Amino acid sequence: MTKEIVIDPVTRIEGHAKITVFLNDSGEASEAQLHVTQLRGFEKFVEGRPFHEMPALTARICGICPVSHLMAAAKAGDSILAVKIPPTAKKLRRIMNMGQHIQSHALNFFHLSSPDLLLGFDSDPAKRNIFGVLKDHPELARDGIRLRAFGQKVIEFLGGKRIHPSWAVPGGVSSPLTIEVRDKILALLPEAKSIALKTIGWYKQAFGKYTAEIQSFANFPSLFLGMVTPQGGLEQYDGLIRITDENRKIVADKLEHSNYQSFIGEAAETWSFLKFPYYKPMGYPDGNYRVGPLARLNIIDKCGTPEADKEFLEFKQLDKGAVKSSFHYHYARLIEILFSIEKMEQLLHDKDILSTHVRATGGVNAFEGIGASEAPRGILFHHYKVDENGLMKWCNLIIATGHNNLSMNKGITQVAKHFVKGAKIQEGMLNRVEAVVRAFDPCLSCSTHSLGKMPLQIQLIDPEGKVADQTVR
Amino acid sequence: MTPPLATVPLILTLTIDGQEVGAREGQTIFEVAKENNIPIPALCNLEGLPNLGACRLCVVEVKGARRLLPACATNVSEGMEVSTTNEKLQKYRKMVLELLFAERNHTCSVCVSNGRCELQGQAQAQGMDHVHVPYLFPKQLVDASHPKFVADHNRCILCQRCVRVCDEIEGAHTWDVMGRGINSKVITDMFEPWGLSESCTHCGKCVQVCPTGALFEKGKSVAEMVKKRQFLPYLNTMRKYHE
Repeated sequence: MTKEIVIDPVTRIEGHAKITVFLNDSGEASEAQLHVTQLRGFEKFVEGRPFHEMPALTARICGICPVSHLMAAAKAGDSILAVKIPPTAKKLRRIMNMGQHIQSHALNFFHLSSPDLLLGFDSDPAKRNIFGVLKDHPELARDGIRLRAFGQKVIEFLGGKRIHPSWAVPGGVSSPLTIEVRDKILALLPEAKSIALKTIGWYKQAFGKYTAEIQSFANFPSLFLGMVTPQGGLEQYDGLIRITDENRKIVADKLEHSNYQSFIGEAAETWSFLKFPYYKPMGYPDGNYRVGPLARLNIIDKCGTPEADKEFLEFKQLDKGAVKSSFHYHYARLIEILFSIEKMEQLLHDKDILSTHVRATGGVNAFEGIGASEAPRGILFHHYKVDENGLMKWCNLIIATGHNNLSMNKGITQVAKHFVKGAKIQEGMLNRVEAVVRAFDPCLSCSTHSLGKMPLQIQLIDPEGKVADQTVR
Repeated sequence: MTPPLATVPLILTLTIDGQEVGAREGQTIFEVAKENNIPIPALCNLEGLPNLGACRLCVVEVKGARRLLPACATNVSEGMEVSTTNEKLQKYRKMVLELLFAERNHTCSVCVSNGRCELQGQAQAQGMDHVHVPYLFPKQLVDASHPKFVADHNRCILCQRCVRVCDEIEGAHTWDVMGRGINSKVITDMFEPWGLSESCTHCGKCVQVCPTGALFEKGKSVAEMVKKRQFLPYLNTMRKYHE
């Protein structure tokens, strides 16, 4: 007899989703599915709009990672203008994107995930949130808030506001960096760096106690996909795409993002609004790959900044070949924060960074444009087609969470198999299933996220459709 | 020799919001209020363009009049008692704004004129925080055929500043209004794409006087459109000088 456990909604993620766990006759989990229950429709309603509006329009997809959409959209716009943007504009976009990575990673680590790590997966769900962390570990919570604020301030200083700035535009950026802003960011960097280093130190000391979780949190072989610099270093804004396997062996390298359709396919399932991208040469669903911090650190040869490279060497030692447990997304996130801070400092000292030539102009010189950038959660594609007047005719967006969709489903199935024993609902089990999803940091295209306070409804449903067991918190 | 009496404008006295003010015959309430630093909100009115009375935002209450009157289209008279601000007027002004917002697709957050839009500014100034009528969400044209400018009819409030400036100042009369009531729209030439217009001189005056993001310079991104209207008083002064 098959039974179902439904977790609805999944808490402490960005957006709305629910999880169904299917139980077999002996009460063990046989399969789990993550249903993304919302439809945004951005790809449709941008049709007819001037492509110059796309960065700001698509930034509205999310309040957590608007800058990522801003970057990918601006880059798609660059290719419609068919211009080479001024080097300073590229560097400035990079800096803002780093601010985005810092604030988003800090949000996931400190605000959303740290309650699990600090208070324990089996602790009282009413207290297992950022407020619980503030009470029990005030210093760490304050550090998290300050680090996130730093990333947000970088975005605000450059783009005029913390959320949904419209500063990156097709052709470059709308205003240059001033000396005052540069100095303001430089003044904040040392504290941010010290918080990042301190948190990494704490994390390394703490994660030893989560052996079971490390073993079972979406710990499986998969491909890893992301951008790298021409030298194989960590890349967050622009670069060539590399795909590696579970042994860190390069499967494909130096792929152009503009050819993404030749190597990425998109499948759809009836039970989710989120598509399932896959690596075409391996077919669906075998071509599942992971993107985001863990993937980025698995595909690179080095980070490219001193402190981050030190940590990267330790990170590599966590597993044979690629680091496969999605639990280590957390560690990868912290290393990326450190990298962003170091790289930002380098860029702010660049001799051309204050140049006022930050925008290239042009008309509609190409009717199709593809832009890609590394969002905090993984690679992001924006693909536009416009008419001769520059009005949008067609749009396709592949968002990081989409890339991870197959892996997230595989991951929750794995954790459910490990922790779901019997048809009775146990709080710790449910939260572990949720926590796996959270480790991927899915941004379900929505700025809303709860702090563990939303009601969590779980139902066991027998084949006749009757509720065998249920609980609401 | 004494000049003929007819050439001397008649001086009138009236009160606006209890303040006694002097005015010349033929002036509108709006002009007199402005001369006396009494603000009256408006969207279609723009100094340098002929008055139209299209937006109805400048409605005022005149003692003895049975209905509210548009200040920009009502001439002053001797002994007139005008109120420019009270609860009733505020209610009507908010309603005018709500109807404008509901009629087309005004999404400030992703508009080229965000932060500099007169419609948005008036909504803030009048405290319009909700729209109490259903939004119509009409499918409106975006005309990007012009090499320099774009007309986004989603954001047009039919103030007809573009029509007036093109006709009265530029003398091209490229813009006009087509249709009636809710189906009205501003058009170029005989409802041809703007880029194909033979009368348009590409001067951009229409773009600069447009109060919203309906007319904007091509290539502008969100919140980037700054309207420059310095040319209007200059051209008017020069015209009067040559007359």
